[in-house]
Amino acid sequence: MKLSFLKKKTVTEASLSFTFTRRAMVVGGLQAGIGAMLVTRMAWISVAENEKYNLLSESNRVNLTLIPPRRGWIIDRNGRPLANNRTDFRVDLIPERMTDPEGTIRNLTHLLSLTDDEVDRIKDELDKSAGFRPVQVAEKLTYDQFAAVSVRLPDLPGVAPSQGFSRNYPAGATVGHLLGYVGAASAKEFEERKDPLLITPGFKVGKDGLERSFDKELTGKPGAKRVEVTARGKIVRELTTRPDTPGNPIKLTIDAGLQEYAGRRLATQSGSVVVIDCHNGDVLAMASMPSFDPNSFSDGISHLEWDMLSKDDHVPLRNKTLQGLYPPGSTVKPMVALALLEAGISPMDTVNCPGAIRVGNTLFHCHKKRGHGSLNMRGAIAQSCDIYFYQMAQRIGMDRIASMARRVGMGQKFPLPFPSQSYGTVPDPAWKLKKYKQKWQVYDTVNATIGQGYMLINPLQMAVMAARLATGRQLMPNFIFGAQRPAPTPVGVDEEHLVTIRDAMSAVVNGGGTGAAARINLPGVMMAGKTGTAQVRRITMTERGGGVRSNASLPFKLRDHALFQGFAPFDNPRYAIACIIEHGGHVNRVEDAPMIAADTMTFLFDQAKAMEKLETLEKDWGGPPADRMARQMAAYRLAKAIEKGEAPPPQAANAANAANGAEPGNAATGATPPPPAPPAAADDDDTPPPPGPGAGTAQ
Amino acid sequence: MSIVPEPLTQFPWRVLGILLAIAGFGTLVLYSAAGGSITPWAINQGVRFIIFACMALVLSRIPLEIFARFAFPAYGSVLVALLLVELIGGVAGGSQRWINLGFMQLQPSEFMKPIIVLAVARFYALLPVGEIRRWNAIWPALVLIGVPFMLVLVQPDLGTATMIAAGGVTVMFLAGLPLRLFVGSGLAFACIVPIAFSFLHDYQKNRVLIFLDPESDPLGAGYHISQSKIAIGSGGIFGKGFLQGTQSHLDYLPEGHTDFVFATMAEEWGLLGGLLLIGAFMLLFRWGIGVSLRAQDKYARLVAAGLTTTVFFYVAINLMMVMGLAPVVGIPLPFMSYGGSSMLTVMLCVGIIMAIERSGRRGSRPGNWG
Repeated sequence: MKLSFLKKKTVTEASLSFTFTRRAMVVGGLQAGIGAMLVTRMAWISVAENEKYNLLSESNRVNLTLIPPRRGWIIDRNGRPLANNRTDFRVDLIPERMTDPEGTIRNLTHLLSLTDDEVDRIKDELDKSAGFRPVQVAEKLTYDQFAAVSVRLPDLPGVAPSQGFSRNYPAGATVGHLLGYVGAASAKEFEERKDPLLITPGFKVGKDGLERSFDKELTGKPGAKRVEVTARGKIVRELTTRPDTPGNPIKLTIDAGLQEYAGRRLATQSGSVVVIDCHNGDVLAMASMPSFDPNSFSDGISHLEWDMLSKDDHVPLRNKTLQGLYPPGSTVKPMVALALLEAGISPMDTVNCPGAIRVGNTLFHCHKKRGHGSLNMRGAIAQSCDIYFYQMAQRIGMDRIASMARRVGMGQKFPLPFPSQSYGTVPDPAWKLKKYKQKWQVYDTVNATIGQGYMLINPLQMAVMAARLATGRQLMPNFIFGAQRPAPTPVGVDEEHLVTIRDAMSAVVNGGGTGAAARINLPGVMMAGKTGTAQVRRITMTERGGGVRSNASLPFKLRDHALFQGFAPFDNPRYAIACIIEHGGHVNRVEDAPMIAADTMTFLFDQAKAMEKLETLEKDWGGPPADRMARQMAAYRLAKAIEKGEAPPPQAANAANAANGAEPGNAATGATPPPPAPPAAADDDDTPPPPGPGAGTAQ
Repeated sequence: MSIVPEPLTQFPWRVLGILLAIAGFGTLVLYSAAGGSITPWAINQGVRFIIFACMALVLSRIPLEIFARFAFPAYGSVLVALLLVELIGGVAGGSQRWINLGFMQLQPSEFMKPIIVLAVARFYALLPVGEIRRWNAIWPALVLIGVPFMLVLVQPDLGTATMIAAGGVTVMFLAGLPLRLFVGSGLAFACIVPIAFSFLHDYQKNRVLIFLDPESDPLGAGYHISQSKIAIGSGGIFGKGFLQGTQSHLDYLPEGHTDFVFATMAEEWGLLGGLLLIGAFMLLFRWGIGVSLRAQDKYARLVAAGLTTTVFFYVAINLMMVMGLAPVVGIPLPFMSYGGSSMLTVMLCVGIIMAIERSGRRGSRPGNWG
C-alpha cells in the first residue's frame, strides 16, 4: 500500500542518515531549551519571588500564640483590691505524648482527687482529641497539687502543668452586682470585634457591672509566644516570648470594708444598701443581696447553680440597687414636707389625724388605725402620719411636689458606668395624661404623697435623695475615685427649711418616731432618717374591716417592702444611706431596714463596734454569705438528685430539712416555702436573662 | 594508541562520574530529608545505586545485537505482564500497578519505558529504507506504542502512559517519518485534549485543574504544588543550608523524599543546587545524544537517542511538576527520588547507551546504513 502524499521525496540511506542527525540535533536542542526554561522558572521562584515564599514558609513554620493579658485590678478608695488576679495552676494532657493513658489518668486521679465525672470527661475528650490539642485535666489547683504533679513529671509523660491567671474577687458575693463578672467571649462578641485575643483560651471579658463597663481599660495588651510547629501542629520549640502588658487598674469610690459589711449585714434578706458621701456624691457602698459569687460565675457557672439562682425568690441574679424599682412609701415624706415648706406652709400648722379620711369616693387610712390626733410637720414626719400629708398635699397640688421630687433626684437618670439601670418614676398630671390618657385625680396626689401609686424609686435614687435632703445640693452619684465633676447645683430651698426637715428626720430615729431601730449608739453621732413601708398588694375593705393581716402571716411575695433612708450625723451630714428590704414586712427587727442602715452607718464611724455586732448576729444566720450559699447549693444539689431518683428516699427527708435550714428566708421568718425554692421565678418577669450564652450550660 | 591500557580508556569514566555526582547529591538530600539520618532512605538509596551501577556496567559489556534480537520478545513479555497486572487488578480492585512476586514487587509499566524504545527502534531498523514514507512505516509503530499505552492508561497511570507514548513517538520522529505527520498530529492532539479530559478519572481531572490554579485549594489537592513552590521559593539563591530546611523537616512538604525531593533539595541548597543538578542532567543528556550521533548503526542511533529522551522525560516532567509547570503525575526524579523501580529503569537506559558507546568505539562492524 502506498500513500500518495508521502511519495513526494525519494528516500535514500544517506538522506535518512542526514535526517536522523538533523532531528537528533533538534531533540537535543529541545532538551537544552526545556532545561533552560526550568532554570529560568526556578530562578524566578527562588529569586524574584523569594520574599513572598519566604513569608509563606515562615507563616507555615511559626505559630503565634497569644498570651492573655492580666486584667487590671479594681481597687477601692483606699487601694484595697475588689477584683484582682489569682495565680491559677492547671494541668493538661497532651494526648500524643502519652505512653500509658490509663495509668497516667489513674495517677492523676489519685494526685488531684478527681471525681468520677471528671475522669469520664477526660477520657471522653482524649478519645476525641486530635493528638496535639491539650485536654484539660483540672484548673484552679492549689500550689501543693500543682507541685505534686510537677515533681512526678518524669513518670507522667504527656502531662503538662501550667500557670495562668484567673479573676479573683476577695469579697465574693457581696461585690457580685457591683463589679459584675468576667467570662469567655461569646461567638457574637468575636463576630463584632474580630480580635483573635477573644478566642484565646483563658482570656475573659467583662460580662456585667463595672467589669463590663470598664472592659477596655481593664484589658491589657496580650503577650505573644512564637513557636515552631510541624504541619500536624506539634510544637517543636519555642522561639521568642513577649510578655503581656496588664490592663490599667480602676480606682473606685467604694470602700471595700463597707461594701462587704453592708452585704453581710443584709443577712438572709433580699435587699440592698447604698451609701453616699455627702461631700461629693461618691458612692461608698452599693450592695445587693443575695447575690451570685462572681468567682464561680467567672469560672463558668454550673447548670445546677444557675438553676438554683434563677429559681430563688430572693432574686440573687438581679442587681436590686439599679434594677429594682420599689414604691418609696413613706420615705418620700421629708421630700413632700420640703415641698410644703417651699409652698409657704408653716411647719407649725397642724392637722388632726382621725385614722382615716375620705377623698372622693375612697376612704384613705392612716397606718395607725386609731389615728395620731393633732400633729404638726415634725410630728407628722416622726410618726409617719399619712393623714397629715393627705391633707397638706391637697393644699399645694401635685406639680409642686413633683418638682421637689425631681430636684432631690427621684426619677433622675444618672450617667453611671453600669450596662443596665432602671429609673424610678415621678408622676404628675402631665405624665399621667401622656402615659394613660387620663386626667390626674386627687386620690393620685394622695397616693403619691405617701410614695405609693405610680411613684417608683430604686435604692440608688433613694440614697441620692437622702444625700440631697441632707446637704441641699444636687449631688450626683459617682463611682470613679477622684473623678472631675462640676460643683453640684443647689436644690434651691431655704437652708432654714432644710434644718426643719433634718430635725424632723432626727426625731424619726431619736425622738420617739417610727425609726427608733435606726438609732446609733455612738457619742456625738446622731442618725436622721425616714422609714418606709411599700405595699405590694391591695388591702380590700373587707380585710380592713376584719383587721389587716399581719405580714408574718402572708406569703413572702405578698409582704410589704421595708425601706429606710437617712444620713448621719443629722446636724452636719457626712454620709447618706438608703436601704430597701424586699418583702421584709418589718417582721424581724434585727433584719429590718432601719437597723441594717444604722449598723452600716456605725461601721463608718466605729468599725470594731459594727463588726462585733455583725459577728454575733451572723451566728444566728448560719455564718457569712459564702457559707450559707455553699450550704444552699449542697441542699439544692441533693434535692435535685432525689428528684431524679439518684439518692435514696430515706435521705430525702433529711435533705429537705437541710434545705429548710439553709433556705435564707426561712430561718428568719418561719414561713414554709418548700425546698427547693418555689418556682416563683417562672412567673416573675423581673428575673434577669442569663448572664451569657455559655453560662447556663457551662460545666 | 595511548599509553593507558585500552580497558581503562574504554571504561565510561565520564558518564559514571556524572551519575555518581547526581546520586551522591541525592543521597545527601535524602540524609537531610530524614532529619539528618542515613536511615531509612539514604543508606538504601546508596546501596541501590551501587548495585544498579554495577548492573549498568554489566549491561554495557553485552553486544548490541543481543538487545536488537531480544527487543521484540522482551516487549512481548512485558506486555503480558501488563495484561496480568490488569487482570489481577480487576480482582483486587482500584488502581493496580504491581505484581507481587513474593520477594519483591514488580511494576511492569516501569520496564515498558525503555523497552518501547528498543521495540520501535528495532521495527524501524528492520524496515527497508524505501518504505519509510509509506503507511507501512506508521501503523505497526502506532500499534506497538498504542497497546501498552492504553494498558497503562487504564491502570490508571497517566504519567507513565505519557512517558511510554513520548518515548515511542520520539523514536518515530528520529526514524525519519515526514515532519507533516507530527505537525498534523500535534494539531489534532490539541483538539482532542478537551475531549480526552472528560474521560479522565475524577482525581486525575482534579490534578489537572489544580495544576492550572494551585492556589484555589491550597489545603486540599493543591497542597502539594503550593508547598513545593514555597520550599523552592524560600530557598533563595544559596538555600537555607544543609539540614536547615523547614518545609521538609516540619512535614509541610509532602512526599519530600520521593516525587518532591527536588523541592527538599532546593530549599536547602537554593538556586545554586538546582543549577548544578540541572546542569549535571544536561551533561548526561548531551552524552546520550552524542553517543547516538556517533553511532554508525541505525538501530543503535535510534535506541541511544530514544533512551536518552526517556530519561530526559523523567527529569523534565518531574521538575515541571515540582515547579508548578505541570500537574502532579507521580514521575520521580532519577537518582534523587527514593525508590528502586525508577532507578532500575534509568540504569537500564544508561547501561544500554553505554553498550552502544562501547560498540561504536570498537567500530569494527559496519552498520545497516553502511
